[in-house]
Amino acid sequence: MPDLFTVIDDWLVSLLTGWGASGLILDIILSLIGSLVVVGYLLTLALFIIWFERKVVARIQDRIGPNRVGPWGLFQNVADVLKLMTKEIVIPSGADLIPFLLAPVIATATVLMLWAVLPFTRNAIGTDVSIGVLYLAAVSSLGFMSILMAGWSSNNKYALLGAFRAVAMLVSYEVPLILMLLIPVLLTGSMRINAIVEAQSIWYVFSMPLAALIFYIANHAEVARSPFDLLEAESEIVAGYHIEYSGMAFATFYLAEFLHAFTISALTATLFLGGWRGPFVDQVPTLGIVYFFIKSFAVYFVNVWARGTLPRLRIDQIMDFCWKLLVPVSLLLLVLTVIADKTALQFFSGYSVGGTAIEMLPRSAVLFGVNLLVAGIAVVSLAQQGRRDREADLYPETAVD
Amino acid sequence: MSLTPLHAIFALMSLFTVGGAVGVVLNRNLIYAAMYLVLSLFGIAGLFILLEAPFLAAVQILVYVGAISVLITITVMVTRCVFCKEPPPRQLTLVAVMAALVMVTLGFVIMTRFGGLTPAADVPADSIEQLGVAFVNPQAYLVPFEVASILLLGALIGAIFIARDDLPRDEEAVGGDDHA
Repeated sequence: MPDLFTVIDDWLVSLLTGWGASGLILDIILSLIGSLVVVGYLLTLALFIIWFERKVVARIQDRIGPNRVGPWGLFQNVADVLKLMTKEIVIPSGADLIPFLLAPVIATATVLMLWAVLPFTRNAIGTDVSIGVLYLAAVSSLGFMSILMAGWSSNNKYALLGAFRAVAMLVSYEVPLILMLLIPVLLTGSMRINAIVEAQSIWYVFSMPLAALIFYIANHAEVARSPFDLLEAESEIVAGYHIEYSGMAFATFYLAEFLHAFTISALTATLFLGGWRGPFVDQVPTLGIVYFFIKSFAVYFVNVWARGTLPRLRIDQIMDFCWKLLVPVSLLLLVLTVIADKTALQFFSGYSVGGTAIEMLPRSAVLFGVNLLVAGIAVVSLAQQGRRDREADLYPETAVD
Repeated sequence: MSLTPLHAIFALMSLFTVGGAVGVVLNRNLIYAAMYLVLSLFGIAGLFILLEAPFLAAVQILVYVGAISVLITITVMVTRCVFCKEPPPRQLTLVAVMAALVMVTLGFVIMTRFGGLTPAADVPADSIEQLGVAFVNPQAYLVPFEVASILLLGALIGAIFIARDDLPRDEEAVGGDDHA
């Protein structure tokens, strides 16, 4: 059965060729149509994402959530958007107008740019560039600039403090994030996103659970949601970098935040949960998009769950957690994974780095063992440190620092 | 040679690069200068993509836009004199002459020593793989790569050493929460 997306693509190509387009012009028109469709789809999906999140958080907090507009309150966000559009964008006196208005646009644009390399199905991918994973890292680092611009141009000390905190945190969590981005690249031997998906006949979350967990936590921090939401800690800095934003300018930041949270879920699903892979996907490639979104929403549910359950951390706790736990553990995991993988490849004949799930089984078992080992080391060292802390509290005179 | 859309993209990227650089130099507002720098670096990344060097483009954005620009912007934001109305520098003519001299020299060297402008060669499809292999190949770039790594590590340790507050004001400050 032909893929739906290939059929559409073929039809568009024949239509445009009939109209006299060819070569580079044809490519440009097709890319434009593709990006418009994906962006339009994502901006519409954002309404559903926000509804989903509000419903889930409401249930966690024993409320009902939006339930007035439309069935199950589905159209609540449409009403909210209409309201926000009619609201005035208040520009504070002394604000730097151009960066002030540019910041929310850049924030949304950087999130949308990530989708250029995420495959919905085997054939439906914006562009399968050879540097896919590096592109993801590069583009997600662009978001810092928009936060800094917003915080600076608002002419508000809370906004600036919030922006500084945000960037300090985001830059720190970028380190374990990129280290763990390397794991799928190493295991696949390619930075191409589609190649990474193809290689996961056993999902990487099963062979590298610790890597998936660290990647997920670092990503969770990158979108600055509870428990990492100190950049909008109401009790400390009011609302952080977007305190002065109102109306559609605020809505754009809000949209960027929710879309980003969903995007990192899609990323986790692609890099560690096998993306569009699933039963019968070889016969019916269009099914891939269904699996992709089921997995993304499953990860997103965990994201919302953590947000609804965990309290906010202090900034020193967040930095400690990143630099003293996540970074050393990721470094150790990365090095041990490489050593174990290459050693096993050298000495075991049945060890295969590609192929079907059965052929990949020995490799997954070895990698899983490495993960267990590193997790064990991390837990033991944490426990010992906790004991040292308690002893230092109990017998301060004998404490050796 | 006919004009293709690639020429338009090249013109746009050059405009970003050169215009951004001019903005950095001429703007009296330091924050704006930092933002123009981002624009300029972006233009360079675009030029790398046009040259079919996507790896360099991504690294350019990751390192320069994502890290160095953020660092520069934060540094500018916490400097004491962001809002000071400084008079325009008086040596503007001298600086312009020096810059023009550097450009002429560079152009002269490129045209004479490196054989002038040559048409771009075909880029192999697996250029990323070749680059990766070259980095770990002792005949190619292994030694420079490792030397650069050690240099960066040294810079990292040096930065930590300088930033570290090693002079305790009293004993209490040491015992506190320093269990690292």
